[in-house]
Amino acid sequence: MTLKIVKPGLATSIQDLGRPGYFHLGIPEGGAMDRLALRAANMLVGNPEDAACLEAVFMGPEITFTADVSVAVTGGSMPIMVDGEARDGWTSFTVKAGQTLSFGFLSGGARIYIAVSGGIATEPALGSRSTYPIGALGGFHGRNIAEGDELPVGAAPLVDEGRSVPADLRRGPGSPAELRVLTGLYWYRLTEKSGENFFSDTWTVAPEADRMGYRFRGGQPMEFVEREQPFGAGADPSNIVDGCYSYGSIQVPGGTEPIVLHRDAVSGGGYFTLGAVISADMDLIGQLQPNTPVKFVRVEMDEALQARADRRAMLEKIRKELV
Amino acid sequence: MKTRYSYGGDEHIYVEVDEEMSLDAFFISLSMSKAVREANIPGVTEICPANASFEVRFDPDVIAPDAMMARIKELEHKAETAEKRLSTRIVEIPVYFQDPWTHETLMRFRERHQDPSGSDLDYAARINGYDSVAAFIEAFHSQPWFVSMVGFVAGLPFLYQLVEREKQLQVPKYLSPRTDTPKQTVGYGGCFSCIYSVRGAGGYQMFGVTPMPIFDPEQEVSYLKDFMVFFKPGDIVKWKPIDRAEYDRILEEVEQGAYTPRIAEVEFDLDAFNADMTGFNAKLMEALNDA
Repeated sequence: MTLKIVKPGLATSIQDLGRPGYFHLGIPEGGAMDRLALRAANMLVGNPEDAACLEAVFMGPEITFTADVSVAVTGGSMPIMVDGEARDGWTSFTVKAGQTLSFGFLSGGARIYIAVSGGIATEPALGSRSTYPIGALGGFHGRNIAEGDELPVGAAPLVDEGRSVPADLRRGPGSPAELRVLTGLYWYRLTEKSGENFFSDTWTVAPEADRMGYRFRGGQPMEFVEREQPFGAGADPSNIVDGCYSYGSIQVPGGTEPIVLHRDAVSGGGYFTLGAVISADMDLIGQLQPNTPVKFVRVEMDEALQARADRRAMLEKIRKELV
Repeated sequence: MKTRYSYGGDEHIYVEVDEEMSLDAFFISLSMSKAVREANIPGVTEICPANASFEVRFDPDVIAPDAMMARIKELEHKAETAEKRLSTRIVEIPVYFQDPWTHETLMRFRERHQDPSGSDLDYAARINGYDSVAAFIEAFHSQPWFVSMVGFVAGLPFLYQLVEREKQLQVPKYLSPRTDTPKQTVGYGGCFSCIYSVRGAGGYQMFGVTPMPIFDPEQEVSYLKDFMVFFKPGDIVKWKPIDRAEYDRILEEVEQGAYTPRIAEVEFDLDAFNADMTGFNAKLMEALNDA
């Protein structure tokens, strides 16, 4: 059983829940930008939650199937068609051998997750099938999928059609989207005024937004507390001696455009970071389109942990519905 | 030196041993990150050492952030008294300086550079007070380097030169990062050299290129069969200038699976190094030349 890629879409990649454990060598965790959407897609078709799916950004692929298979599409809103006939998102359906799955224009969110029963069965690299194109690792020959690729799929029974995630458990970004932030790391480098501005300004998602990181623009340039730069840091006040970056950390090169690192993060570098987006809001970033207005909202650790617990409770509810 | 602790969101703790670079700060950060690893704290998922800092990733559903913070802080004292000594290796890395590929790339991104009139090496030589590019390259390769961090992208080493601070070369990064850097470019930013393990974006000045792969996800390169990443923190590097003919020869050897980097096992002792840098480096070189 294979998926035959007729049209690949814009940047469609194989992703699962990633390969933690190699960040100290510069190899990021990777995996679905919207992990909850990937888990839900897998549950809908009866897969383990960490099975490999296709993650398509902004534009869906066109795929033909060589055998009957159960499919579910979650994440952003995009019309789904099987041989031109509409199917619902967040709901399982069957695609028969020889049929074609295709997509219309994105109307909400940024990324869709396409799960097939049995999961995509390419060879794992360092314990994961997630694609890390910079390192030519995982996925299909270490790259995003291309026209003519034939992706292997594991053997699995079909599931019932019409299994569905209830609407209140499908979380999408609001407008403006709110990203909750814990300040810290090199926060002290900013003047008090610039720190306030970061949270009061409305930012928009810049076109440079990908799996490595999301860039934001439109806020006021930042000012730094004056100091003599430490040896080895570099002359710009936004420079530090190259240190580790974390997933969700917010760097502001030159004090102008914040970048939130995401699943394919670079593991370190020489720019100050002012804090990090909380773990519960990372999925949300993966569903932001360029030009979306965004507010950063300052929270404390207890709120971050509560948000994390809420997120876990939501996942539990989906599990109860589907597993 | 003042160790600073911070949360990085709800899943990370960042420990900055010192805000400026030094081998002392590197050794303390390495010892602390090792101590965290050896403590086997439930919930810890990643430990990433850097030049003068390190980061711990943990699962806050398993261990509360404040409990995690307390555990790490307990280990500071242990690390400060740890021996600043490593059993490591010195590796000779051939470098083709002023090669045509990095030159083509740097010309393509000239408008992002501090001095668009010359090359990256012209600029680096001038701001470090060298009369000629040749003299600068000599200073760059004549003394060995210490891998103080691996990261940014897959397997990329950051290197710190084993010389007195007043002899350290310093160069700013590009005004705005390039979107392209040839694979295996030898770069420079701040007080660090690096080898770009893969082709891609980069902000470091470009000096040359090595024919020796340092990352191979296919693990076909003879010396990367055990693991796809070549470098680890604590490795010592000696650059060896080569010309085009030797570059081509090594490239062919790599492709045939016949290339073996010159490597010698050595001990690095920070106190001994600090006491006599010239003498210590001479011994490192002796070990390498005997290999």
